[in-house]
Amino acid sequence: MLNDKDRIFTNLYGVHDPMLAGARARGDWDGTAALLARGRDGLIDEVKASGLRGRGGAGFPTGMKWSFMPKQSDGRPSYLVVNADESEPGTCKDRDIIRHDPHKLIEGCLLASFAMGAGACYIYIRGEFYNEAVVLQAAIDEAYAAGLIGKNACGSGYDFELYLHRGAGAYICGEETALIESLEGKKGMPRLKPPFPAAVGLYGCPTTVNNVESIAVVPTILRRGAAWFSALGRPKNSGTKLFCISGHVNKPCNVEEEMGIPLRELLEKHAGGVRGGWDNLLAVIPGGSSVPLLPKEICDTVLMDFDSLRDVRSGLGTAAVIVMDKSTDVIKAIARLSHFYKHESCGQCTPCREGTGWMMRVMNRMVEGRASSAEIDTLEQVTRQIEGHTICALGDAAAWPIQGLIRHFRPVMEARIAAYRGQVSPKMAAE
Amino acid sequence: MTDEPSEFVFDAHSEALIPAIIAKYPAGKQASAVLPLLDLAQRQMKRQTDSAWVPRVAMDVIAARLSMPPIRVYEVATFYFMFNMKKIGKHHLQLCTTTPCWLRGSDDVVAACRKHTGIKGWGETSEDGMFTMTEVECVGACVNAPILQVDDDFYEDMDAEKVEMLLAALRRGEKPPVGSMAGRQTSAPEGGPTTLTGIEG
Repeated sequence: MLNDKDRIFTNLYGVHDPMLAGARARGDWDGTAALLARGRDGLIDEVKASGLRGRGGAGFPTGMKWSFMPKQSDGRPSYLVVNADESEPGTCKDRDIIRHDPHKLIEGCLLASFAMGAGACYIYIRGEFYNEAVVLQAAIDEAYAAGLIGKNACGSGYDFELYLHRGAGAYICGEETALIESLEGKKGMPRLKPPFPAAVGLYGCPTTVNNVESIAVVPTILRRGAAWFSALGRPKNSGTKLFCISGHVNKPCNVEEEMGIPLRELLEKHAGGVRGGWDNLLAVIPGGSSVPLLPKEICDTVLMDFDSLRDVRSGLGTAAVIVMDKSTDVIKAIARLSHFYKHESCGQCTPCREGTGWMMRVMNRMVEGRASSAEIDTLEQVTRQIEGHTICALGDAAAWPIQGLIRHFRPVMEARIAAYRGQVSPKMAAE
Repeated sequence: MTDEPSEFVFDAHSEALIPAIIAKYPAGKQASAVLPLLDLAQRQMKRQTDSAWVPRVAMDVIAARLSMPPIRVYEVATFYFMFNMKKIGKHHLQLCTTTPCWLRGSDDVVAACRKHTGIKGWGETSEDGMFTMTEVECVGACVNAPILQVDDDFYEDMDAEKVEMLLAALRRGEKPPVGSMAGRQTSAPEGGPTTLTGIEG
């Protein structure tokens, strides 16, 4: 288990003062000017060496993403945009960073923006996080007043503006190009790539979009060194991670742990174990609603990191662990996610707009068992027609939970269909 | 639309906030302020009429202010879920029923809200005008599920009994402390954290 001395988010639960005085006592804003003095390449190289992979779901190496930004401006400004539109079902880690450790995020924004030559940063926070936005804005105001950001930030000679922008309730705006559209005052509809945001992003300017957690860990990585961070976890899956443990555990919670912790250990050490004991476990969605669920036999041994979960055809995603015990109607649990994706599809691409509604309707019939076994195959085929055929990954995200259900729980679906047939008259069943 | 007012004017409170909002965005990019201004209009309606919603005339005022065609404001206002396009009750009960909340008993929270408000269907307002019930998707507080969001505030670790207490308090004009209704420290496990126990603040 990770030692407290290696935890980054030491005010995760808001026990201590989240504001500047408390943040300084926890080591934030300590020698920031000296970090900036290492220069752009110095910061990017350190983040690259740490092995930090994006904490928003895709797991793309953060330092490499930063290196795609132009080294020399062609006259256009560059932007950092922080994705605080935390909406992936199961996920509530960025909320704790924002409300309890906002200065880690603000300092990270300064350092990351400097490393990318961005003179301004927008934090796009989901509209529902109203109280969290109030705390973050107060922290931003404090940082300005203390000269930590703004003109000549930290006395470094570098001018840096930081703005908070509230969204208004649309999951799709967590997709980076939809977020940019939304920030420009439009409907949150994803853009076709290329061009990628690093070339043409916010207001047509070079832009990098990073998750809150990815940015908030940067100051600590730079202070303690890449070697410290990369020694935690496993190769290519380094560092610490905030896990959100929800569903059928005795004590749901957020916790910071080492990457690669066994799933079972994570649940038993921090969340009081599965309700009714480990043998009462049915399945776990290990990385937010978009990733395929895992049945108990995989949960027995799987490790919680990008590559281990990919190897079992799921994913770490946002590290939101949704636990289901044996009392769960697993078909209904996944059908509710189908409802979610249908609700949140922006409607731009036909396979997603039509497909998410179609999948939801079929899934609702599967919950009742009012279907034929052959329709399970049809459903599976339709998910394959949506996956990879849309501008953004929402179509994929809608397809994967259903694919996981069919892969691991097809017998449950078949039994539901058989039970429904048993209830209705033989004549009706024959139709 | 009988509720539609004949005009909308930003009041002094809103006007005081608008310049700083628009100044966040580069010159010529003032359309970026459309979400904040829609939010401002909805909050002003709440102050003035006790109902948080955005009438069409307010969208027209925003369009003129930001030099946008009105249709661009309408399409944004209807795309995002948090803008109410019709009058709602004094308190907006937003019930998360997505899988993490459902696993922790959101069905009971929904049933309790129906029972104690008399509201039958989603989007409807109670006869006394106190409450509107909306089914919402994941609000992002899943380790404190189930969540009942009342206006801007998350009430967490809910159950049927706590719904009854909360609604009764709101009817009395009180605002109970937000956060966990089970009395635990934010997102820490019940009974106390398993980590950070040696950290001094």
